[in-house]
Amino acid sequence: MSIEVKKISYIYMPKSPYERLALDDVAITIPEGKITAIAGHTGSGKSTLIQHLNGLISPSQGCVLVDGVDISGKGKEAREARRSVGMVFQYPEHQLFEETVEQDIAFGPKNYGLTSEEVQERVRFAMDFVQLDYEEYSQRSPFQLSGGQMRRVAIAGVVALRPKYLVLDEPTAGLDPKGREELMQRILKLHRQEKNTIVLVSHSMDDIARFADNVVIMNRGRVLMEGTPREVFVREDFIRQAGLEVPQITNIVKALKSGGMDIPSDIYTMDEAVEAIVRAMRGKNRAGGAERC
Amino acid sequence: MLTDITLGQYFPGNSLLHRMDARVKIVLLFFYIVGIFLFDNSWCYLLNTLLAFLLVGVSRISPRVVLKAIKPLWWILLLTFIIQLFSVPGEVLMKVWIFDLTYEGLEKGFFISLRLILLIGVSSLLMFTTSPLMLTDALEALFKPLKRVGFPAHELAMMMTIALRFIPTLMEETDKIIKAQKSRGSDIGEGNLITKAKSMIPILVPLFISAFRRADELAMAMEARSYRGGEGRTRMKAMRMHKSDGWAIGSMAVYLAVCGAVYWLL
Repeated sequence: MSIEVKKISYIYMPKSPYERLALDDVAITIPEGKITAIAGHTGSGKSTLIQHLNGLISPSQGCVLVDGVDISGKGKEAREARRSVGMVFQYPEHQLFEETVEQDIAFGPKNYGLTSEEVQERVRFAMDFVQLDYEEYSQRSPFQLSGGQMRRVAIAGVVALRPKYLVLDEPTAGLDPKGREELMQRILKLHRQEKNTIVLVSHSMDDIARFADNVVIMNRGRVLMEGTPREVFVREDFIRQAGLEVPQITNIVKALKSGGMDIPSDIYTMDEAVEAIVRAMRGKNRAGGAERC
Repeated sequence: MLTDITLGQYFPGNSLLHRMDARVKIVLLFFYIVGIFLFDNSWCYLLNTLLAFLLVGVSRISPRVVLKAIKPLWWILLLTFIIQLFSVPGEVLMKVWIFDLTYEGLEKGFFISLRLILLIGVSSLLMFTTSPLMLTDALEALFKPLKRVGFPAHELAMMMTIALRFIPTLMEETDKIIKAQKSRGSDIGEGNLITKAKSMIPILVPLFISAFRRADELAMAMEARSYRGGEGRTRMKAMRMHKSDGWAIGSMAVYLAVCGAVYWLL
């Protein structure tokens, strides 16, 4: 199953001087078990789109189906469908409120009506996921932690819900390079281990190239492109039109190519680039060697 | 959504009243109100009412909007009217139980209600045509002489300005926090009173923390740019009086003189 966004439009502040069409006829499918990245310039409608995925915003037109269930309904089925989508907002550390790390992470699972043993188990699982030692941190106040640790507690609070679909809005924003890499690796590990679906809003084309199975490029409230990173990045003109850039490594490879290296130009990750450069260098050496003989 | 609320009562525009110096507007409003209370015969009331209508016309604010501003006063108006009806001694028109409804009471009740309506109507016109920032700037300028006796004019104005600036920001923040907690399964605003109050904690705690953080950052940013109170501070948009302000002051003086003459002669 999957999340199907069926031709939704969203009008921001209708019938006021500030009325604006934030989403215009957006239709995408988020396949189960994959990592889908959503990219776009500021104000392109990314955040509005993801808030539709668990029913925080209702579309002005169209509907959202999670596993075939329309989530706008009032019934139990619709609520379960909404709850199967976990949402990590930008700067999630700003929503911490409890006295201890454990209580804050337990907030969601408790609201879902789990027993205290289950809640306990979920908290341990989530803290393990974000690599916070249970014994050391569970009884600390979240407000005494560092920024990066607070971020991890906040993400754990959503991971503890064990959502089938996990939506993350720029989870690495404001972290240092090491923190970014660690967090991305943990998300990847969770994805592999739990076989859940990840929706990732990101500005980093490098991250998208490395981790995503699917990319949706948004521009001015519309879907500009949808496909695998390879399919999308090949259309550099479209990417630029949306106010985005191709991965940095692609630009380096292009520079090498125009400098005379025999290297393909459709390279989007560091690993691909290393491999291609090594191959090109070896080929050159061999060719050079042949000339010398 | 929470951010749908429009803040303040200001209606942007470019009428004569909009362009007037806010300080002049406040002072003239003060004189107008003094005039209403000082010259209280029926001819002067007629003049005052005419001027109020003229001002609404000049402001290009829809009369309906002005009426809306008066509407919350409806019950107070009714109450004062009724009290006046029965409490003023004079020619009895009707007897209700032990109370006497008098002609003088009817007259007085009508004029007192009219006075209240004019008061609120014209004051709201000031709010409608002056942006909150201009209003605080003008108040600061007007209260400046009181500084000698220790009145913190600049500080109060700065506090008002900052508060106004942060209301939309904090509303956005609240909206975001509510959505985040909803995503964690919190049912905000449902259930009985106690559960409702309890469900506010996950919103209020992060909101207060964020407000304090912002205050701290703002204080730091202001100090980093050498802010140290109002002493010797100049403005980017200096308040300047134009010819039209002079005309407005002159007209008001003439108007008050006419009212005075009408009052003493008739």
